[in-house]
Amino acid sequence: MSNTSLTKSRKSSTLQVLPALPYMLWLVVFIAVPLGLVLFFALTDSSGSFTLDNIVQAGEHMQVLLRSIKLAAIATFLCVVLAYPLAYIISRRNGFRRRTLLMLVMLPMWMNFLLRTYAWMTLLENNGIINRFIMFLGLEPVHMINTQGAVILGMIYNYIPFMILPLYTTMAKIGNDVIEAAQDLGANSWKIVTKVVFPLSLPGVSSGITMVFVPAVSTFIISKMLGGGTNQLIGDIIDLQFLGNTYNPNLGSAISLVLMVVVLLCMSIMGNMDDETMGGRIL
Amino acid sequence: MKDNILISLKDVQVEYDGQSILKGINLDIRDEEFITFLGPSGCGKTTTLRIIGGFAEPNGGDVFFDGQKINGVPPHKRNINTVFQRYALFPHLNVFDNVAFALNVKKMDKKLIAKKVKEMLALVNLSGFESRNINQLSGGQQQRVAIARALVNEPKVLLLDEPLGALDLKLRKDMQTELMRIQKSLKITFIYVTHDQEEALTMSDRVVVMKDGEILQIGTPQDIYNEPANAFVADFIGESNIIDGVMYEDFEVEFAGQAFHCVDKGFNLNERVDVVIRPEDIIVGDYETSPISGQVESVIFKGVHFEITVDAHGYKWLIHSTQSQEVGALIGMNVKPSDIHIMRKMEVQ
Repeated sequence: MSNTSLTKSRKSSTLQVLPALPYMLWLVVFIAVPLGLVLFFALTDSSGSFTLDNIVQAGEHMQVLLRSIKLAAIATFLCVVLAYPLAYIISRRNGFRRRTLLMLVMLPMWMNFLLRTYAWMTLLENNGIINRFIMFLGLEPVHMINTQGAVILGMIYNYIPFMILPLYTTMAKIGNDVIEAAQDLGANSWKIVTKVVFPLSLPGVSSGITMVFVPAVSTFIISKMLGGGTNQLIGDIIDLQFLGNTYNPNLGSAISLVLMVVVLLCMSIMGNMDDETMGGRIL
Repeated sequence: MKDNILISLKDVQVEYDGQSILKGINLDIRDEEFITFLGPSGCGKTTTLRIIGGFAEPNGGDVFFDGQKINGVPPHKRNINTVFQRYALFPHLNVFDNVAFALNVKKMDKKLIAKKVKEMLALVNLSGFESRNINQLSGGQQQRVAIARALVNEPKVLLLDEPLGALDLKLRKDMQTELMRIQKSLKITFIYVTHDQEEALTMSDRVVVMKDGEILQIGTPQDIYNEPANAFVADFIGESNIIDGVMYEDFEVEFAGQAFHCVDKGFNLNERVDVVIRPEDIIVGDYETSPISGQVESVIFKGVHFEITVDAHGYKWLIHSTQSQEVGALIGMNVKPSDIHIMRKMEVQ
């Protein structure tokens, strides 16, 4: 009796492992090994012997790194502010309206990323469509392209769907009866949002921030196309080490490693904050 | 219960997608009354409750609260609180903060809040649960939190939308008694919605029976049970035998091929009527000498009584009796004149 059940449980455990095998293989070959390689390159010189020089050298790009973090943080913050009301509105609609609004949010994502950013170039240029319109009105043209503002705009435009969707998903789970209960207990629209909807949507806020901040902080296309040479981001520096004239994969790996650590730090701080807010200590 | 009218609905109508949900409800609710809206699902009882709470607006008619018209007043400005069907507790707040919600919104003094929350939790037997999370509570405990949360605001009226629907039978009975106790001790009006006729009869001062957006009958539980206004009410409130009959003259009715004395009058000569007889009012007698006779078709043991189905005169008669019968046995049935309820035929719908 005990013998058969033992073989049974062994059988079921192999059955459970089997489907996971391809994923395990993928994780090892395409994630764990490359990460190891980055680590290896970052800590060796071109001849392959151990050195910390690359890490020290990466420190020279601290300013660019800080600028990347600053711009990505601003873009992420604005994404939250812009996406929040929209996500709430979508989550309170039903059927056709909800589907249409969601579709409109996702529609730009189906267009090629480069094309989207390129379109903004033609809009923002000194001689671009917006400035021509401003001049048509008889006003002074505004310098917009190759500014930090343009980079932030590009980040927001490209990444805001990744903020809207997780926010919408958590908000859609907040039942109408919970909102009615708050109303019933004397809360006006503002109090409903601050005391019920916002605290319940925090998981969405936190995953939205992750999904916008991480790609924004490491982007190089947006800064290259909309920021010109003067607003380089850390992604551009890494790009240069691998594909540019200053070919130096060891330094590129080191900077990537530093960036990864910084992102991890940011995320863990976020995570802690999130836990505290959920415990009601901040609110 | 006081005599003054607290809430008044005047010809309240609701339409949705061209369909009539409420067809002109007229209802006066008294101060400190326990009133129950009873009816099958889709009868409009919850809609009526939502109109009183301010969650829905009538397309026609007026709602008065303490003599003042309150159409268009939002829920947070009404002195009415609600216990929702699925509790609708705030999952991000613990028991204390859930109950304190309304007081925190009012920015009441923290010490006073703590005192009032403590009192409320004691009232619903949840003292010591202050710091528990909502998802750590059983269904019955969540229900108590929902009641405490609605009552802490000291409303004049508490609306309860099928609050016990999700609880098991034993717990439901306990909560019924508890709700009645709370209502009596706080002296506030309870407006209760249920489709459970037993619950309605047990708890209410008055019952409002609804069907298809209309009120069929308003009365005390005894009235509703003993003198149902029509065959639908009779059938919905407890089980009934509903038989076609003809009213010969005052106090004389014919059904099942026999003339019977009864206590009803005021019908036309030879008017076709519904005759309603409660299963427990049928007296089982001798096959040969009883006015109605038939054959026992089935016997089901129900605990307190046996439920006996008898085939006689083309009807399946339902009898509740403490005495069992043999299936297939031939038995006789009789009814006392006072237990024969005569009702006008409902208009064909």
